[in-house]
Amino acid sequence: MSAIANLREIFTRNLRQSGILIAFVAIVLLFTVLTDGKLLSPENLTNMVLQYSYILVLAIGMVIVIIGGHIDLSVGSVAALAGAVSATLVVKHGMPWWTGVLAAIGVGILVGAWQGFWVAFVGIPAFITTLAGMLLFRGMTWQVLNNFSLSPMPPQYQKIGNGFINGLLGGNGYDVFTLVVFAVGVAGYVVSQFRARRKALAYKQLVPALPLFIVKLVAVGLLVMWFAWKLANDRGLPIVLIVLAVLVLIYSVVTSRTVFGRHVYAIGGNLTAATLSGVKVKWVNFGIMLNMGFLAGVAGVLFSARMNGAQPGAGNLFELDAIAAAFIGGAAVTGGVGRVSGAIIGGLIMATMSNGMLILGLDQSVQYMVKGLVLLLAVAFDVYNKRRAGAR
Amino acid sequence: MTTNILEMRGITKTFPGVKALSDVDLEVRAGEIHAICGENGAGKSTLMKVLSGVYPHGTYEGTIVFNGDEAKFGSINDSEAAGVVIIHQELALVPYLTVAENIFLGNERRGLFGLIDWNRANHEATELMHRVGLDENPTTPVGQLGVGKQQLIEIAKALSKDVKLLILDEPTAALNDGDSIHLLDLLKGLQTEGITSIMISHKLNEIEYVADRTTIIRDGRTIESLDMADATSTQDRIIRGMVGRDLEHRYPERIDHQIGEELLRVENWTVHHPTQPGRVVVDNASFNVRAGEVVGIAGLMGAGRTELAMSIFGHSYGRGIAGQVFKRGELVNTRTVSQAIDHGIAYATEDRKRYGLNLIEDVKRNISAAALGKLSTRGFVNGHQEIVVAEEYRASMNIKTPSVLQKAGNLSGGNQQKVVLSKWLYTDADVMILDEPTRGIDVGAKFEIYTLMNKMAAEGKGIVLISSELPELLGTCDRIYTLAFGRITGVLDIADATPEALMTLMTQERRTSASAGREGSAA
Repeated sequence: MSAIANLREIFTRNLRQSGILIAFVAIVLLFTVLTDGKLLSPENLTNMVLQYSYILVLAIGMVIVIIGGHIDLSVGSVAALAGAVSATLVVKHGMPWWTGVLAAIGVGILVGAWQGFWVAFVGIPAFITTLAGMLLFRGMTWQVLNNFSLSPMPPQYQKIGNGFINGLLGGNGYDVFTLVVFAVGVAGYVVSQFRARRKALAYKQLVPALPLFIVKLVAVGLLVMWFAWKLANDRGLPIVLIVLAVLVLIYSVVTSRTVFGRHVYAIGGNLTAATLSGVKVKWVNFGIMLNMGFLAGVAGVLFSARMNGAQPGAGNLFELDAIAAAFIGGAAVTGGVGRVSGAIIGGLIMATMSNGMLILGLDQSVQYMVKGLVLLLAVAFDVYNKRRAGAR
Repeated sequence: MTTNILEMRGITKTFPGVKALSDVDLEVRAGEIHAICGENGAGKSTLMKVLSGVYPHGTYEGTIVFNGDEAKFGSINDSEAAGVVIIHQELALVPYLTVAENIFLGNERRGLFGLIDWNRANHEATELMHRVGLDENPTTPVGQLGVGKQQLIEIAKALSKDVKLLILDEPTAALNDGDSIHLLDLLKGLQTEGITSIMISHKLNEIEYVADRTTIIRDGRTIESLDMADATSTQDRIIRGMVGRDLEHRYPERIDHQIGEELLRVENWTVHHPTQPGRVVVDNASFNVRAGEVVGIAGLMGAGRTELAMSIFGHSYGRGIAGQVFKRGELVNTRTVSQAIDHGIAYATEDRKRYGLNLIEDVKRNISAAALGKLSTRGFVNGHQEIVVAEEYRASMNIKTPSVLQKAGNLSGGNQQKVVLSKWLYTDADVMILDEPTRGIDVGAKFEIYTLMNKMAAEGKGIVLISSELPELLGTCDRIYTLAFGRITGVLDIADATPEALMTLMTQERRTSASAGREGSAA
């Protein structure tokens, strides 16, 4: 057998991943047509980045939780509490903007430690622990805010959620700096892909054929640069996008290349086998929940910055979007399977649908029903796939 | 002239790759208690599943004649309708439901509008309990009763279905002596009511006590049926029938066979059941293994072999664990799995699919799972080195897989076992506890596993082999410990070990206590 795998094989082997991509493209096309192209206008694309970044941040944490075989229903409440504490310090007590950021993340970590304690060391299922947390931290949010919204945030704080980096290199009607940053990113991606491929070949691993590989790189590069062009034609490079990109990079490495990441997959895949292989299951579970709390804190910062303040009802149903993103992105209900990149695409699918329905002026009631059905179907697809694999 | 209530003729049952039953005959006379004997894996339970419709008609070859008519049971419901009721080894009662609810589960006593008539159900449950010698409130949750009483309730449940032929699969496995005697006497009582029983059992003196006839099954074939009234039908005869196959050349020659210093010594190891506090599962066991040595642990189902091994390996089983573990003469702490691994102890589980492998993960990640630390610096795993390591084991262990990126779940049983062994070899363990390493894998792959065991021993590792198959132990070990009912009842050098001697030691404990019980019940 040659070391070169053909297109069809790659496609069928990665049915899940390719299925998600096809679904994503289809949904984007559908809403582009339905909205007469408004979906893909520079302004709307920029708004989508600003509007849904915190969902993607939550989705990163959520997919790790789900790979470990758990679930977290409390992230919306935790993000709200983090934002509320931050706003109280900054708006009410006039403290510098960065204390608010640190406090919000600190709140997230504390909550994560609390839930991690119950899940890992007491052995309460995460479903129950975080269902309780959902109420607990929502109640705390109301207490902290005394049931009133707090605003406005100082300009530096707002910038985290609404700000842009632009104009550094000039440009006529478009922002050159944004394009340069993206170009550097694409170049880095291409180089790393080539290096990975060379190493894989050196270790006699199966890799896609060279033409196919190059087609894939060119396609990704063009898509990214097209997106950059759109952003450059609006307000430039959103700061949240930088935060998001850094997080995606870090957590892709954490899940695929660290011992901790491996242990998360091992626990979700076969708990007993992991235990009998010497994995310190309790500490790994604690780490999973701690990390989710941290990311919920980050999401709290992004959301309060975007909203220019804290509201008692902030973060409502964030957990649904984050969980749906993870499952649409290919995470298995039974744990052990899932990828950060998948969750991001899943999150983008949710974002495209929400945004598209918003542009179409569809009622919230319709949006809820559609989102609920999409989540159900995504999981049904996973269950169906597994049964088919089992029958084989 | 007695009539046969049951005749099974030429029963052959094949699973993918394995012939579990091959041309088995069984005749059971009306009104007798018929015992079925055989080693673990001989095919007893499979035969009973064929009879009770768990494996429906058409999935096996051969004919079953029940009560004079050919039976073609398509399901358990069919066989129960005909009067054949099977009581499985693991109790099938719902602990939170009451006695009456359990007895009539799936067979509810209905009254007006199809609603359950609880008065009638409770009343009938009380009567059924009297028939089996129980005096409990029918509204007591079953979980509050002891195992012995639960077993009797299973029988009461069978009686509620107008049973003609009662099949019991190791009914006394979990019972103490008193409860066992009570149950056996109950079978005799039911016999006088005209109920025929088939009892699968390992316990020879119980068989001697109740059975009218005994059929011995070995390797999926009927060996013989003995009339227990004959003077020649002794326990020794049954043992010979159970184990009497030849040791062919199914075991590779030992290479570089040198026994060195002591690697592992376990002293006075006692383990209690995790949920039943008073129950001792491993009782004051002591054993050792030396470098280059293969030490066997023989014992029947429920003797506590796996429990002994898992409790040593990071206290992975049981509670109230007492005793010492010495590694190369030094007292070591093996309270957690990672401590055990750090001290060079490995445990390959008997159920590799459920406890040994992450089936949805690829081969290389399964191999590295227990020693990721060796592949990583500051918490980052070197994925390329991992592939190199996996490829090395794929070659040295002869793991047949298209790629180390293949999911472990797609490999055959023998190759999965090699992945498990690779995983433990990669931890640099020098004591390998292998629990049923050849269970469910074919003869050729077994030979390979034995060869790998020999290789490990030749490299100076100490091997503890837990096995249900006596020929396997006799073919591969240097010494064999026998475990019976949680106690180590003896250790035989391979030169002195015979199947008969081992089987005698493996059934020893029960032999003395049950005969005492028999005298007690006779008095």
